[in-house]
Amino acid sequence: MIKNILNLGDAALYCDFGVEVNKEINSNVIKYFKNLQKYKIPGITNITPSYNKLIISFDLTEINYEKLKEKVLGIKLEKFDQEIKKIIKVPICVDDEFSFDLNKLSEKLNLSFEKILESFFNKEYFCYMTGFIAGMPFLGDLDQSIRLKRLETPRVKVPKGSLGITEQFCNIYTYESPGGWNIIGNTPIKVFDKFSQINPTKINPGDNVMFYKINKSEYLNWND
Amino acid sequence: MTKAYFEILRSGINTTLQDEGRLHQYHIGISFSGAMDKRNYLISNYLVGNKSNPASIEFAYQGPLLKLKFGKVSAAIAGNVIFNIIRNNSTIEEGVCYQTFNLNPDDQVDIISTSRSVYGYFSVQKGLMGDYFWGSCSVNTKAKIGSNEGEKFSINQKIYLNQSENKFNLKKINYLNSKIEFIRVIKGTNFNYFSDLGHETFFSNEFVVSKLTDRMGMRLEGPKIKNIVDTNIRSEGLVKGVVQVPADGNPIIMLSDHGTIGGYPKIGVVISADYDKLVQLTPGTKIKFKSIELSEAENLFKIYNLETQNILNQI
Repeated sequence: MIKNILNLGDAALYCDFGVEVNKEINSNVIKYFKNLQKYKIPGITNITPSYNKLIISFDLTEINYEKLKEKVLGIKLEKFDQEIKKIIKVPICVDDEFSFDLNKLSEKLNLSFEKILESFFNKEYFCYMTGFIAGMPFLGDLDQSIRLKRLETPRVKVPKGSLGITEQFCNIYTYESPGGWNIIGNTPIKVFDKFSQINPTKINPGDNVMFYKINKSEYLNWND
Repeated sequence: MTKAYFEILRSGINTTLQDEGRLHQYHIGISFSGAMDKRNYLISNYLVGNKSNPASIEFAYQGPLLKLKFGKVSAAIAGNVIFNIIRNNSTIEEGVCYQTFNLNPDDQVDIISTSRSVYGYFSVQKGLMGDYFWGSCSVNTKAKIGSNEGEKFSINQKIYLNQSENKFNLKKINYLNSKIEFIRVIKGTNFNYFSDLGHETFFSNEFVVSKLTDRMGMRLEGPKIKNIVDTNIRSEGLVKGVVQVPADGNPIIMLSDHGTIGGYPKIGVVISADYDKLVQLTPGTKIKFKSIELSEAENLFKIYNLETQNILNQI
């Protein structure tokens, strides 16, 4: 399933699963990620899955590129229970205060607010990866009708909890951060909890997510 | 007995608690962090007898002014650091790096600045008290993780010691922080995104370390590196030392607090043996890159690691 392994510098393996971004390729990435987490090959310091790549960092005092490559290619892949499909429900408030880019989106896409939101809330999304900032989930795929590029000038500050969309993806800003995604709402729930050491991320690669609308007073009174 | 602590009378520019860093959390977006210059962090700790991942104070440029309240402690500073010890009777002693000194109640350590370098380390016997997240107390200000709620230290705060009383033990070594002529890199996974001219630009010109450099990344300024394929790639994992080139053509080197994934083409990766020296380059420094093969990088790391072990064994 790994198409090619290269070295990324002298202390990481760069595993390429193909050029496409789709659920099937990403499921393979996640399968390797989960197996490697379970095998605990000595010397590995980090495993980073993304859409179609898996990067394995290691401690050069313990192992090197060739030896680790051999070990990774030699692991027997186990299936992880895919029968239990996990669906996570995330409340979103689309009040004007939170959906800064809805106006512009409506213009650019030539669709009404209602249409955009209907397309968005009607779909179930798949989590391809988490990262960039702690716990940020990268979800897809958006309906063809509401896909568009990033903002031309990224915002210096995107508020925590913001729901952003761009191209075929959507994400949630787990911290206030710079960012260029089109913001259409905000969630009151804690998507990342640093005090939960075992399960800090609410949404993990391979999970499915459904969003649902809440109003402003529900948002303000939310008790996570 | 009252627990000993340091009172911060001046915080310095970027003073944080750091240890050897945080493992196995890239996949949730949490970077490695930890002491930027690991060798100097280790030396400062070995001098005071610490060997198992203790918490030290890392400072950059101007350091903190610390006053010991209660207790007695053996301390050491590593790096190219100018500092004084202000005794409780107001006498001032000039500090010497790579040599332990004792501190008594109400003595102050005035870390004036690092000299021709960025980071320095202040360690005490048995270490400082940190808050642990995934096995590390290292501060990551971006994710607000680690000690001190993931923030830099500020004035009037207290930093507690793990042990309030310890015996003074004079230890010193001779160590000189050497400079590097070239930053050695291995070609990156998107090397072919750049034209031959782009490659030549990268390897034969000087780049200047910009002021916009911090624990997350080092931004460089110089001739623009021309991209011939695409200025974006599908977002994917990053590691320390990756040199990304965004659309503006100015390279950025990922440092210890880097974002865990990124979408710019990678022209190269700094070799592990050069990392500690890379992070010590101050804004305005001119650097040049040199391309080497993986096998050579592995050998250079072996040598670097042996050197570090030899220094630590001398203590």
